[in-house]
Amino acid sequence: MTRDEITAGLAEILEEVAGVNPDDVAEGKSFTDDLDVDSLSMVEVVVAAEEKFGVKIPDNEVQNLKTVGDAVSYIEAQS
Amino acid sequence: MSRIDVVVTGLGATTPLGGDVASTWDAMLAGRSGVSPLTQEWAAQLPVRIAAQLAVEPSGLLDRVKLRRLDRSEAIALIAAHQAWGDSGLADSGLDPERLGVSIGSGIGGALTLLAQDDILEASGPRRVSPHTIPMLMPNGPAAWVGLELGARAGVHSVASACATGAEAIALGLDMIRAGRADVVVAGGTEAVIHPLPLAGFSSMRAMSTRNDDPERASRPWDKGRDGFVIGEGAGVVVLERAEHAVARGARVYARLAGSGITSDGFDIVQPHPEGAGAIRAIAKAISDADVAKSDIVHVNAHATSTPVGDLAEITALRVALGDHPVLTATKSMSGHLLGAAGALESIATILTIRDSVVPPTINLDDPDDSLTLDVAANKARHMDVPAALNNSFGFGGHNVALVFTRP
Repeated sequence: MTRDEITAGLAEILEEVAGVNPDDVAEGKSFTDDLDVDSLSMVEVVVAAEEKFGVKIPDNEVQNLKTVGDAVSYIEAQS
Repeated sequence: MSRIDVVVTGLGATTPLGGDVASTWDAMLAGRSGVSPLTQEWAAQLPVRIAAQLAVEPSGLLDRVKLRRLDRSEAIALIAAHQAWGDSGLADSGLDPERLGVSIGSGIGGALTLLAQDDILEASGPRRVSPHTIPMLMPNGPAAWVGLELGARAGVHSVASACATGAEAIALGLDMIRAGRADVVVAGGTEAVIHPLPLAGFSSMRAMSTRNDDPERASRPWDKGRDGFVIGEGAGVVVLERAEHAVARGARVYARLAGSGITSDGFDIVQPHPEGAGAIRAIAKAISDADVAKSDIVHVNAHATSTPVGDLAEITALRVALGDHPVLTATKSMSGHLLGAAGALESIATILTIRDSVVPPTINLDDPDDSLTLDVAANKARHMDVPAALNNSFGFGGHNVALVFTRP
């Protein structure tokens, strides 16, 4: 899976659980500051991403995933 | 010290009869029933397959992502509260948020969320349980959401007294303003528990009508053929305001909330006291608190749920507490029983009865019980002058709440 494909997959999840416009989702964007994803929605995003990409994202990793790019890199490394 | 007067300056509701107050009131005056068959697959196995379901689904009014975070009872409380808030004209009035309170309760709480998330837990495990579960199912959730969206900072309260909840929440709002803790309180009740478990629970109590083949005629307070209540869902909210505050801003005033009476039976967890002792005391307290005479109360919007025992206990109580002059109605004959929202919706009906000088009908009263010894606006609305009226609400647990509304 390419980084663009992972980003597109995350954009789908973000739209579903947090109403984020897919056009706003890019690697440089911060989940909280740019995309307005609150902490409870982030939990939903993580669980949905685990299912979609077949990876495990432990809670202690989630705090390191500040931007969409961070999450893409983590998923890319795990899958 | 002169007593602080409290008036009603805003109304909001979403009910089985309509998506707002105007459509609900029109339906009541026309004597329409909001009861219909439950066509969901799960209903087939239940002894009760009818309910008064919302006329307008919240999904058309709130956006999809927001609805993911709201229990149905929270969503409809928000819809009703925003209607009432808009109706009051307070939005742009410069009201200090520290003088704005909320008092909105639910009889059962976020049961739909609890049950849906339990299904997910059983099927997919704990990690799939939504992180929004707790704020969706907590009983203070509806009040908290309304407080959040309106920016209320004088205190957000959520009383729970089963089917008296809506009325008790309004009584608490009155207390808050009288005690000087708020100038405005957004008050009411909400309920949305049409799901097989609550239906099975009420059915097991033999509390519900099983007139499944004739839904619109199932809720029939005081009729000889009544066989239990019909569950309904909905929310009702009123804006209570310190009268001087309302006058100072030139607000439109619907009615005065003149007094309240709250008692507890201390008798049985579900059965009403056979002589209505607690209800009698609640009515007497409300009249005294409102500083009106028994004879001033010319109309009662009764609790009357269509159960064999409860309907008659209330008649007994009304005869003792008021006499034989008031004209009664039971709007649950049309709306079904909205449980924790019932007292709020029926307060709205009482307020509009005063405003419009018309008592909505009690439908399906074809063969009145022999013990119905008071005058009822049976089967069609009755036009009459109503300067003052009473709204009764009683709840499992022995809660009795009476509210007196008068012309402003």
